[in-house]
Amino acid sequence: MRATMTPQELADRFVQKFGSRVSNIQVKERREGVKKLPQKTVWMTVSREDLNDAVAELISIDYPHLGVIAAADNGDMIDLLYHLQVFFGGKHEEICVVFTVQVPKSDPHVPTISGLIPGAVYSEREKQDMIGVTVDGIPDSRRIFLPDDFPEEVYPWRKDEKGIPPSMVRELWKVDRPTDRPVPPVSEPEPVEKKEPEPAKEAPSGGAAE
Amino acid sequence: MSQKKAPYELPIGPIHPALKEPINFTFQMNGEVIEKVDFAPGRAHRGIEWMGMRRNPVQILHLCDRICGICGVAHALVFAQAVEQIADIEVPDRAYYVRTIIAEFERIQSHILWAGVAAHELGFDTLFYLAWQIREESVDVIEYITGNRVNYGIMMLGGTRRDITADMFPRLEQALRYYEGLLEKMVNLFLNDKTIAMRCKNTGILTKRRALELATVGPTSRASGLAMDVRIDSPYAAYGDLDFDIVLPDVYDSEGNGDVYDRIIVRIFEIKQSIDIIRQCMKQMPEGPVLAEEKYAKLLMNLKKASGEAFARVEAPRGEDMHYVRMNGKQEAPEMWKVKASTYSNQMAWVEILQGEQIADIPIIVASIDPCMSCTDRVAVVGQDGSAGIMTKEHLHRLSVRKTRRLQS
Repeated sequence: MRATMTPQELADRFVQKFGSRVSNIQVKERREGVKKLPQKTVWMTVSREDLNDAVAELISIDYPHLGVIAAADNGDMIDLLYHLQVFFGGKHEEICVVFTVQVPKSDPHVPTISGLIPGAVYSEREKQDMIGVTVDGIPDSRRIFLPDDFPEEVYPWRKDEKGIPPSMVRELWKVDRPTDRPVPPVSEPEPVEKKEPEPAKEAPSGGAAE
Repeated sequence: MSQKKAPYELPIGPIHPALKEPINFTFQMNGEVIEKVDFAPGRAHRGIEWMGMRRNPVQILHLCDRICGICGVAHALVFAQAVEQIADIEVPDRAYYVRTIIAEFERIQSHILWAGVAAHELGFDTLFYLAWQIREESVDVIEYITGNRVNYGIMMLGGTRRDITADMFPRLEQALRYYEGLLEKMVNLFLNDKTIAMRCKNTGILTKRRALELATVGPTSRASGLAMDVRIDSPYAAYGDLDFDIVLPDVYDSEGNGDVYDRIIVRIFEIKQSIDIIRQCMKQMPEGPVLAEEKYAKLLMNLKKASGEAFARVEAPRGEDMHYVRMNGKQEAPEMWKVKASTYSNQMAWVEILQGEQIADIPIIVASIDPCMSCTDRVAVVGQDGSAGIMTKEHLHRLSVRKTRRLQS
């Protein structure tokens, strides 16, 4: 059994180590079910220069599981949110740690954390694709989700002029039937002439065949 | 294979129904042995997050149902949890239990579906048909509860749209008994079978250390001995009230070296666990309503005013599923919505577990992390001169069957 700590202790340890370089520390709890057991989270903002040190500090506490790196367009800044979990495996012991890193849009660079957590490459590649943050030192900088012929400098999650332009959006309800399809192998059936409704027959019995 | 010098390249995909998304694999082959693996996902990227950021949360909830056809409830549940945190919606206790029951039935059907696929990949089609036949029962129960076999539409922000009443319990109990009666048979067929053991033991090994470093989740990481299950780590819905433990390969006396066989063990025994969880839920279910706010117009008004950010996590059948939502209180649509499905985390493991294995093992190893149903659709072998020979799915499947026969003789 690994030694665990409370969310507040974890937050205090970061304050002790990084001082004012970590800010906006929030310890949150969410309780569900009848017993209302807590889901523990610690949110904090770190600068991109300190990101690797912060992750390393977390590793020294307990090797974390990287959930995902989320990102949001925040006006002049891009927020990157590193969702990490520590102390999983014990019963109800887990703490989720969220490092928020803000990078300016004028200089959208962030260092890679794949040196510490190799599995981060996947999520970092996605961030390069989707929100246009350059991850410095990433071992594999190819596109991951967007197709190769997707235009450069267009990032789907951006809310500014670099987002998806209206010209790239196709409204499904406006799309007609395609006209460039090959002729079907079987010719279209002749339209059936509408007959006068026949005089009412006996209603079908609906039962099984005898 | 006109190329003369090893290693030669073997692309698989991009159309590839073995996976939730079509995916493109490139293998560097040396003879029969895989030297290097590369993959390119995103062939079926539908821009769901982009769509979501232009819709209101109730609309997104129903979009979530359609992210995946197998774990339909997981995405809707996790999105609802995230929004409930932002908007401070108090979910009635009974709704937690309804959510748990439906999520566990989903786990049963997903794991049996996977077991059938795994049998098919090994050329054991009798077992494939058997597994898919018994899967029907769980899908029938899901239909009985929600009205649908897929895209259940039972979740709602602040609870569920339908209740599971006491008069429905006998039907649920009947399904649980059915699976209980089959468990021993399933363990016997999957885990005591000589051929399955030969093909799966020591195949596609993922060590505990690498499972952790590559951020894998769910049965894939548990099979490597990594104790990790969101249901226990960060209890959501009714899981905090229930008594159960993380399933690791040692339940069947395996050392848990993280091979394909261990992944079968974990999934089979999680079916047993789900039966137990549903029973506990039915016993402990509190009385009361299942929805916090029944008037959708009022709900939407409140959501429009809500602001803040939150993330939520659930244990989907394939592993941790996570949504991050940010709302700004000015518009109906969330400012940001990030979906992280379980396969997203597990794909990095492919690079690790396919290395050093044989072509004939590709189908079972690719399927072993449970990316989704079915198998490799087709493999195109591109020669150096650019001429493309097509290896069909049948051919690849035949290779796998032949290997099974070879081992048996």
